[in-house]
Amino acid sequence: MARIVGIDLGTTNSLVAYMDKGVPRVIPGADGRTMVPSVVAMTDHGLLVGDEAKDHLLRSPDRTVYSIKRFMGKSLADVQGELAYFPYTLTEQGGVIRIKLNGKTYSPPQISAMILKELKRRAEAYLEEDITKAVITVPAYFNDSQRQATKDAGLIAGLEVLRIINEPTAASLAYGLQEKTQGTIAVYDFGGGTFDISILKLKQGIFEVLATNGDTHLGGDDIDRRIADLLLDEIRSAYDLDLGLYPDHMQALRLEAERAKIRLSDELKTLLTVELPDGRGRFTRELTRDQLESLVADIIERTLAPCRSALKDAGLTTEHIDEVVLVGGSTRMPLVRRRVQELFGKQPHCHLNPDEVVALGAAVQADILSGGTTDMLLLDVTPLSLGIETMGGVMSCLIPRNTTIPANAKEMFTTYADGQTGVDIHILQGERELAKDNRSLARFRLKVPPLPAGVPRIEVTFLIDANGILHVTAKDMRTGRQQSIEVKPSYGLSETEVERMIEESFKFAKEDVASRKLIEARLDAGSLLTATEKSLSEGGHLVPDDVRTAVRAAVSALASAKEGDDVRAIRTRMAELEQTAKPLSVALMDDSLKRGLEGKKLSDVT
Amino acid sequence: MNQPTPSGGSRNVQMARSMCWHCQSEVAGEYFCERCVKVQPVSKETDYFTCLGLPRRLTIDPAVLEAKYYERSRAFHPDFYLNKTEAEQAISLDNAATLNTAYRTLRDPVQRAEYLLDLEAGSVKTIRTSPPADLFEEILELQDTLDAYRAGDHSSETGRRLRARLEAERGALERRQAEMEDELQKLFVEWDALQDRGEADGHARMERDRLLRRMREILSNRTYVKNIVNDLVETIG
Repeated sequence: MARIVGIDLGTTNSLVAYMDKGVPRVIPGADGRTMVPSVVAMTDHGLLVGDEAKDHLLRSPDRTVYSIKRFMGKSLADVQGELAYFPYTLTEQGGVIRIKLNGKTYSPPQISAMILKELKRRAEAYLEEDITKAVITVPAYFNDSQRQATKDAGLIAGLEVLRIINEPTAASLAYGLQEKTQGTIAVYDFGGGTFDISILKLKQGIFEVLATNGDTHLGGDDIDRRIADLLLDEIRSAYDLDLGLYPDHMQALRLEAERAKIRLSDELKTLLTVELPDGRGRFTRELTRDQLESLVADIIERTLAPCRSALKDAGLTTEHIDEVVLVGGSTRMPLVRRRVQELFGKQPHCHLNPDEVVALGAAVQADILSGGTTDMLLLDVTPLSLGIETMGGVMSCLIPRNTTIPANAKEMFTTYADGQTGVDIHILQGERELAKDNRSLARFRLKVPPLPAGVPRIEVTFLIDANGILHVTAKDMRTGRQQSIEVKPSYGLSETEVERMIEESFKFAKEDVASRKLIEARLDAGSLLTATEKSLSEGGHLVPDDVRTAVRAAVSALASAKEGDDVRAIRTRMAELEQTAKPLSVALMDDSLKRGLEGKKLSDVT
Repeated sequence: MNQPTPSGGSRNVQMARSMCWHCQSEVAGEYFCERCVKVQPVSKETDYFTCLGLPRRLTIDPAVLEAKYYERSRAFHPDFYLNKTEAEQAISLDNAATLNTAYRTLRDPVQRAEYLLDLEAGSVKTIRTSPPADLFEEILELQDTLDAYRAGDHSSETGRRLRARLEAERGALERRQAEMEDELQKLFVEWDALQDRGEADGHARMERDRLLRRMREILSNRTYVKNIVNDLVETIG
């Protein structure tokens, strides 16, 4: 079976990992760094992803997308409150957010796909093989739409997503593999944009999730914003200046806030500096760790209620927890560690690199799926209750939250009027009583044969697969015939739309690959030309005239091919030049050998 | 939208003897065909006890149940079928989903008993599901007191008097809950013993009906008591 890689598609940073002889490893880039900033920039010279794109946050903020994960599977209304924080233009189409960049619109899965492609490329370069299969992690508290959007992103990137796995459970796999612990653990995963808590039982290689809870809109981003807002207010009152009107300065402020937060995990105070627009100088301010902690205490506090709920759902108290594992960059904050320790009454475990542990766990899960690891098995749960809307707009629960997946539920439907030919079904996810307070996942119309009321019996099966994604099938109990259902997702791309995006992405991929090959060929041709010119000037006199002439001709042929777009022509001319210049390089080699020997003789004499 | 009707369907006891979907050799409730080693779908007629390889008893050692569940999860989980055919993947998915439901149902003693009562339905269909008159009266009265307490001033003389009464009631109801749990446990043991003896005479049949009836009664009363206790806890802490 082809290799499956594990991908942590994070709000702030993304990583790709693989299993190397039973040990999960994160794949570094050419610069040796393992994290790819989840930033995408559409520049005039093409698409940039990662560190290079991050540089564009300040230069072209309106064309540089970050924290795209916050928009996955969401409608515009869902993120209304934070639109002001993002410098790029957001619209909505078919219940899906679209981002306007360079006059084109992109859906969040398309932007995420660009990050995934970069990771794919990175893995391919490192492992020297094609990568087409992946396990991708998502926050445990992601709903069906958000999971589906992540899967779509994988498809658009040319990856078969063999499993969507929850981030805290992925972390537990890496933790379990390394520490070989048995018992009950709590994984506290506080990342850039999301918070998750999962309670697991580890026993004989089985990782059984007992309960999970979280907030998919709570993370380090919110802490950065709090700091940025403080400075924004201070700048406003000191200079009568609204920095919010300057997107590039806003980005600089946001990044400075993030850096200050990170510094304050190690230091007790730090200096923040923000350049002001229109030559108005710079604003500096000292921030102490104490100040930061009182500024964001309520944000950290918001992570504790989900922890209590998860414990309650698992039927446990904090005394039952043997170990608390910290995951995600935000857990580096001393305040977070303190609050977690207070809640659980024990020192949290932080021997694992909180940035890498999720990707490592995804690699472990990938290895389980490919049949490499056979002694470990993850039994995960669905984070939210699944139900349907019934009479009076009430949600009737079919699969309660924290049910182990795969899980299914069957419901029998019938008609209330004679000759009725359809029943409308509205699928919901959430914990509230009323349908309108829960997340609408999809609607579909069940086809029913025209019969007297109450006679038709259609059995609908709702199945949540091991990815936490819902599948719906229907069966006419009278005929035993299976009915295909076209489910229209409320907040997702339709199948045809995803297909179109995959096609587009393949087209771009071909162009991408072609242009990369051209760039490489030109670079190679350039260094060959330089080397040959050097050889000619150093050893031209060592070869006959006709060889020199032939080499000169081959050089000019390659130089003109290099100006063109034909990769094969460049490569052919390069091969010809190498062939023609062989006598020259042989002569040079002989000459240098001779000199070397002469030199030795000379030194022997003296 | 129509009110969905709960799925019924007969839950039969006997294990289906059937043919392997792949090589057509005979399989008798095994999970894997002996000849072609293909995974077999858990039959719709298989009850949750059989699914987990346990006898149909009400007293179950949680450690044994968990061990069985883990063992079967290793056999069925879709994670281990990614290299297999689509048909096998579909079976693994369905089996794993059924196994998870079976485990969830049997893990909780009350759900386990409810499930068994459903399985044994027929002889106990006529059991009344409304609470006995005395319990009903008591709950109604308590509801009134609760309403009065909620609406009134908690610090007033009446408020304090009502609270004291509610606290006393809560204590009494919690004791009653404990008694019910105890009796349920005893009934479980009696039921299991009856099953173990395996007698099929008239006396055994009567005994069986009596036990089922009593369990049904306690289970439904237990729900009423539980709900009112929850209300009490919510109001007076």
